[in-house]
Amino acid sequence: MIVRILGEGQLDIADEHLDELNALDAGLAEAVTAGDEPRFQHVLITLLDRVRAVGTPVAEDSLSASDVILPAQESSLAEVRALLGEEGLIPG
Amino acid sequence: MSLGRRLALIFKAKASKALDRAEDPRETLDYSYQKQLEMLQQVRRGLADVATSRKRLDLQAQQLETRVGTLAQQATAAVAAGRDDLAREALTRRSAAQQQLAELAPQQAALQAEQDKLTGASQRLQAKVEAFRTRKETIKASYTAAEAETKIGEAVSGISEEMSDVGLAMQRAEDKTAELQARAGAIDELLASGALEDATGTTKDDIAAELEKMTSRSDVEEELAHLKRALPPAARTALPGSGADTSSPTPPGAGPGTPKEDRS
Repeated sequence: MIVRILGEGQLDIADEHLDELNALDAGLAEAVTAGDEPRFQHVLITLLDRVRAVGTPVAEDSLSASDVILPAQESSLAEVRALLGEEGLIPG
Repeated sequence: MSLGRRLALIFKAKASKALDRAEDPRETLDYSYQKQLEMLQQVRRGLADVATSRKRLDLQAQQLETRVGTLAQQATAAVAAGRDDLAREALTRRSAAQQQLAELAPQQAALQAEQDKLTGASQRLQAKVEAFRTRKETIKASYTAAEAETKIGEAVSGISEEMSDVGLAMQRAEDKTAELQARAGAIDELLASGALEDATGTTKDDIAAELEKMTSRSDVEEELAHLKRALPPAARTALPGSGADTSSPTPPGAGPGTPKEDRS
């Protein structure tokens, strides 16, 4: 599965890690829904660290779209909400 | 649904909008490639802006550091001259300059981080644009409506996602840069107002001017004392205001220019 960390590029993740990462991802979604900024920051950093640890960088000239896109490490909860809320907020 | 998948879908929706725009899928390829080239140019301009802002901040930090050093010297000189009031003023200003410096440091680091990220993003985009160009020609050459459409969709989605990502990175960098430019402008104003001395040393602030005045005054006094000591004792008593003759009719400090003395 291909995962993109915004601002960092794409990583290929082997199937065996998906359960662990999906659980973290679900936790992140919950924190966003609950508006819990400290928890959001904590889960995001944990999730990104795990993705970086188990992922293999995708070749730079690959044109594959990602299955999962994760916010940049320094994102605030408000920024992520803006990304989710309105497509128009994604420039380019 | 998980957050990561939702975000991926949102990015995909954006890509398919680009695909829907053209009637002939091949037009999408050229249109998208055109957009990619524009984006690459924007990223390069964005990078240049960030670098310029960062350099300006570095320069200001240097100026502030010089200023902190100068103010410390001025405080010492003022204390030596017995002017605690001037020393206090110099120390107050030094503390203000130090605070500005302390606030500047994390912002310098943040801007450096943005620059590094944007550099990485522009390299990734460059590689993908190159790959897209090759793919585009291949798809066009082997074009049959049915098979090409999927390939075009894949290629455009992939590159579109990268472009959105780079676009976000650019926006972040621009926000940071704008924030810092406001601060840099404020510091420039401080430097220009004389509250903070220009690093070139051409502007003299009031503390420096006062200290200089005191130095030149004490030089004059010293010279005067030296001249007096050099005179023979007989000539010395004839000098008014020499301090040697206390019964002098003219008290020290009351020269002929004092109107009260003239009238009485």
